[in-house]
Amino acid sequence: MSISKKEVEHVAMLARLEFSEQELEEYTEKMNDILGYMDKLNQLDTSKVAATYHVLPINNVLREDKDRHYLDNETALKNAPDKKDGMFKVPRIV
Amino acid sequence: MALTIHGLTAHEMHDKLKNKELSATEATKSVLDRISKTESRVKAYLTLLSEEALKKAEQVDKRLAAGEDLRPLEGIPMALKDNMCTEGIKTTCASKILHNFIPPYNATVAEKLEKAGAVLVGKLNMDEFAMGSSNENSSFYPVHNPWDLERAPGGSSGGSAAAVASDGAIYTLGSDTGGSVRQPASFCGVVGLKPTYGRVSRYGLIAYASSLDQIGPVTKDVRDCAWVLGAIAGHDEKDSTSANVPVSDYSHALNKDIKGMKVGIPKEYFAEGLDEEVKAKILEAVKKLEDLGAVCEEMSLPHTEYALPAFYLLAPAEASSNLARYDGVRYGYRDKNAEDLITMYKQTRSQGFGPELKRRIMLGTYALSSGYYDAYYLKALKVRTLVKQDFDQAFERYDVIVAPTAPTVAFRLGEKADDPLSMYLSDLFTIPVNLAGLPAISIPCGLSQGMPVGLQIIGKPFDEAALLQVAYNFEQNTPHHKLKPQLEVE
Amino acid sequence: MSNQWETVIGLEVHTELKTKSKIFCACSTEFGGEPNTHVCPVCLGMPGTLPVANKKVVDFAIKAGLALNCEIKEFNKFDRKNYYYPDLPKGYQISQFDLPVCGQGHLDIEVNGQTKRIGITRIHMEDDAGKLNHEGEVIAQAESSLVDYNRAGVPLLEIVSEPDMRSPEEAAAYLEKVKAILQYTEVSDCKMQEGSLRCDANISIRPLSATKLGTRTELKNMNSFKALQKALEYEVERHIELVEDGGTVVQETRSWDESKGMTVSLRSKEEAHDYRYFPDPDLVPLVIDEKWIESIRNSLPELPDERKQRLINDYDLPKYDAEIITSSKDLADYFDHCLDHFRDAKKISNWIMGELLRLLNVNDKEVADCPVAPKELGELLHLIEKGTISGKVAKQVFEEMFASGKNAKQIVKEKGLEQISDTGELEKIIEEIIAANPDPVSDYKSGKGQAIGFLVGQVMKASKGKANPQMVKKMLSDKLG
Repeated sequence: MSISKKEVEHVAMLARLEFSEQELEEYTEKMNDILGYMDKLNQLDTSKVAATYHVLPINNVLREDKDRHYLDNETALKNAPDKKDGMFKVPRIV
Repeated sequence: MALTIHGLTAHEMHDKLKNKELSATEATKSVLDRISKTESRVKAYLTLLSEEALKKAEQVDKRLAAGEDLRPLEGIPMALKDNMCTEGIKTTCASKILHNFIPPYNATVAEKLEKAGAVLVGKLNMDEFAMGSSNENSSFYPVHNPWDLERAPGGSSGGSAAAVASDGAIYTLGSDTGGSVRQPASFCGVVGLKPTYGRVSRYGLIAYASSLDQIGPVTKDVRDCAWVLGAIAGHDEKDSTSANVPVSDYSHALNKDIKGMKVGIPKEYFAEGLDEEVKAKILEAVKKLEDLGAVCEEMSLPHTEYALPAFYLLAPAEASSNLARYDGVRYGYRDKNAEDLITMYKQTRSQGFGPELKRRIMLGTYALSSGYYDAYYLKALKVRTLVKQDFDQAFERYDVIVAPTAPTVAFRLGEKADDPLSMYLSDLFTIPVNLAGLPAISIPCGLSQGMPVGLQIIGKPFDEAALLQVAYNFEQNTPHHKLKPQLEVE
Repeated sequence: MSNQWETVIGLEVHTELKTKSKIFCACSTEFGGEPNTHVCPVCLGMPGTLPVANKKVVDFAIKAGLALNCEIKEFNKFDRKNYYYPDLPKGYQISQFDLPVCGQGHLDIEVNGQTKRIGITRIHMEDDAGKLNHEGEVIAQAESSLVDYNRAGVPLLEIVSEPDMRSPEEAAAYLEKVKAILQYTEVSDCKMQEGSLRCDANISIRPLSATKLGTRTELKNMNSFKALQKALEYEVERHIELVEDGGTVVQETRSWDESKGMTVSLRSKEEAHDYRYFPDPDLVPLVIDEKWIESIRNSLPELPDERKQRLINDYDLPKYDAEIITSSKDLADYFDHCLDHFRDAKKISNWIMGELLRLLNVNDKEVADCPVAPKELGELLHLIEKGTISGKVAKQVFEEMFASGKNAKQIVKEKGLEQISDTGELEKIIEEIIAANPDPVSDYKSGKGQAIGFLVGQVMKASKGKANPQMVKKMLSDKLG
C-alpha cells in the first residue's frame, strides 16, 4: 500500500499538524518508505490469529468509589499557558 | 578498582556509608563535581539539582548521625530520565512542547526512590518523548557517548546510560519501549534492564506507547541492578496494568550458579545485519556461559523479522493518541500568535514537536484511521501474538534466551539521522521482547573497535531473578564491567 | 401531504451516574463547585497519569442494563475515541466501542393508552467532558472561551435506542421512561437542567409503506422534554417540506436553537470525523461473571412497571392513575408515604394528580422539592373526611400549605375555616334563606326535588363555604318536608 500526498494532508489534519508544501513531499516519501517496509507483514497469514491487546492476562482492575480532594485551583492552573477566572483560556473556537 | 568516590557502584558506596568511611554529602559532592567536569561534553543532563541533592544528602547524614539504619539506596546519588514526573521539578521529555512543565505530582518510581532515601541529582537527556535510538531527537541537544564523543550513546535513554558510564550518576532510571534502556546500555558499556511489562508502575512515566513502555534501571554492575529493581518493582494501584505479583529478593538470586541452566540461542538474531565482530563477542560470551555450566542450544524464534514492522505500527499508533493531549490548553508550549483554536492546535503541535515525533504521529494516526485499521493496526496486533507465541514455546524448553542487544556498536552521531528506517533497524533485537512483554537485561561483554558490546539475556515473565542470576555469573567471571571510558576531564 | 410520511426516531441518552468519585480518578462528582476545584492530574489529562476504573460505575451500568432488560456482556473493554476539543483533556474520550457493557434490551412506553415496546441497542460507559464558557453571547461571537474541568471524568452511561419511535410524543415518552428507570434504580438523579440527563436524537422520514430508512439528521442541544419534542416536531416538518419540494435531506448534525425555535446546521469547517477508536492500553478488560450480575440483580428495586401493577392490584387504582403516579420514583414514593397517613388510595391519587401536580407545574418545582409533605397531605384528607372542612375549602387550604409550608390544621384554625356543624348556627342561616327565597321553597314543596340544590347553594354561599353541605341538605329537607 502507498499513501498519497492528499492522504498525508488529511492525516495531518486529523493529527492537528501542519506542513509546508516541501514538508508534505518529504513526509509522503518517508511514510511510503516505512509503509513499504510494513508490507512485509502481509507475508503472514493471520486470519486465524487472535490480536494481543494486552500481554498480561489481567482483568477487572477496579477501585472503590471513594472521593478525595487533590489539587487546589491555583495548582491546577499553574502550568496553564493562558488563564482567567480560575479557568483555562483558549482562543476563539469558531 | 574504583579509585574515586563517583566511580563506586551503589553497593560499594552503601558499604562505605555504612562503615562511615564516607558521608552522603561527600558522595553527592563527588558526583556533582564529576558532572561539572564531564557534562559540557557528554550532555547527559537536562536539569541539574545540585542544591536539592546536597540538601537531601545532608538529611541522610543527619539520619545516620542519629543512629538510624542505612537503607540499601539511601544517600546514593542518582538521576531520572526526564520522562518521569517529579513534583515541583521541571519534566520536559526533552521536548519543546513540555519545555516549562512542572508536574504537581511524582511518578511512582520517583516517589519510591525518594522514600528509599535516594539523592536525586538531576533529570536526564533523552530522545524527545522516548522516540529515537540515538538521542539525536532531543529538542535541546544530543548526548555524546563517553567512550567516543563523536558517537551516539544510543537511545532513547541515552542520558541515563551516558551518565552512568561517565560516573555522572551512580545509577539512573531509563524507560524501554522498544529497547530504549538496553540499546543505550549496550552502546555505553553499562547494565540496563527492562522488567516484565507490569513489573514496575508506569504511573508518572510520560507515555510513548502504553502497552510497551516499562521503566528499568541503568547501573554499573548487576548487583546494583538487582538492588534498584527491588526498590522500584511492585504493584501500584495507580496503574491498572501493574501486576499484582510478589517481588522476589533479587539479590538472593545472585548467589546461585548457572550449572545445568538451559540457554536458547535464537538463530534469527545471528543472521543478516549483525556486525561480524559483535557476533564474535556474543559467541564468546555464549562459550563463557557454557564454561560456567549452562547448556546452550541453538533454537528458533521464527517470527523475529516481523517484530520490527509490527512495532513501528503499534508504537506510533498508541503514541498518536498519547500525544494528543499536548494541545497548548492546560500546560506546556502554546503558540500565542494563533487567533483561533484550530490554528492554535496546529501551530502549537507543529512547532512543539520535532520531526521524528511528527513522523510517528502521522504514521500512527494513519494506521488507526478509518479504512486502514485492519490492514495496519489490527494486523500488527496479530503479529504481536505470533511473536509472543514464539517466546512462550521457547520458554517451555529454555530458562533464558541469549542474544546480542544491538546489531552493531554505537554508530556515529549524524550517521543515521536522515534515514529513519536504518535508525529503526538498530532496535531489531530489542523490540521482540517489548512486544512479548518479557524481561531482558543488557550487560557488557567486551569491546569492538574500542566500543562496548552488549549481551542481551531474555527471560520468562516475572523471572527477572533468572536474568540477574545468569548476568551476575557472567559478570563475576569476566572483566568487561570493569572497563571504563577514558573520558578526559577538564 | 404530510400524512403520507412516517417519522423514524432513535435516541441516544447520556446520563451522569450518581457516584461519589469520577470514573477514572477519585475527584468528586459533586455538581456546581468553583471552576477547576474538583480536578486532579488524572482528569486534567496531565502527562504520565493513568486511569483506574471505578467499580461503582460498572455496578451501575449493570444495574441500568438489567432494569432496561439488556443482555450484560461478559467480556467488555474500554476504547479511546480520538478527537480534539478544549473540553476534552486527554485528546480522547475513554468510551466503549465494539464491546460495550450491555447489549440488546427494551422498554415499554404508553402513548395514547397503547403500550409500545422500544428496542435498546446498547449501553456503554464513558467519561464526561469539561465545560466551556464562552466569553460572549454565543460561541460564534466569543473571542475566547474558558474551560472548567470539574465535570471532566464524571461517569456517563450512553443508552442507545433502536430507531423504533414513530413520533415526537413517543420519543418524549421513551425519554420519560428511561429517566424514571434510572431514577428508580438510583444510578442517576437525571436533572436535565444540571446536564445529568442529556439526549441526542436521530430522525428521518420515509413514505408510509417504505421499509428502507430515509436520510437522517442528528439533533443535539435539547435541554428539556419540551425542547426535545419541539425540536423533533420542527425537524419532521423540515424533512417533509424538503422532500416534498423535491429536495433531499443532508445527513448532518443540527443543533436546537431554543430562542429561535428552530434547528441549525452544525457543519464544521473540518472534514468528517474519524475517531480512530482503539482499545485503551491503559485499562484492562472487564469480565462480568454470573455472580456479579446476580448480586446486582438482587439489589434491583421495584421498577416502574412492577410498581404500576402493584398500585392497580393492591389499591384498585385505575391504570391511568397508576401510570401517572409511577412515572417518577419521587412521585410514587410520595404516594406510598401518603398511604402511611391516610388509607383511601383513590382519594390520595386524585389529590396528587389534581392539585399537587398542578401546583408543582405552575411553580416549576420537582416532587422532591414539594413544600407539602405526604404526612401533611394525609392530615388534610383526614380533615375533609371528618367533615372539619369541605372539599372546596380544602383546595384553598392546600394552596396555602403549598405557598407557606404551614400545615392544614394551623391554616384552618388561623383562618377559621372549620365547617359549621353547629345546628343552632345553621338553623339561623337556613331560616334566613327560606325567608328570602319563597319561589324555590314553593317549587320544592310542590314536588320539584331539585330545587333543594339551589337552596343548599344559597346556604353555603351565606356561610362562606363553611357550612357542612350534607347537614344543610338534611336540615332543609326536614324543615320543608
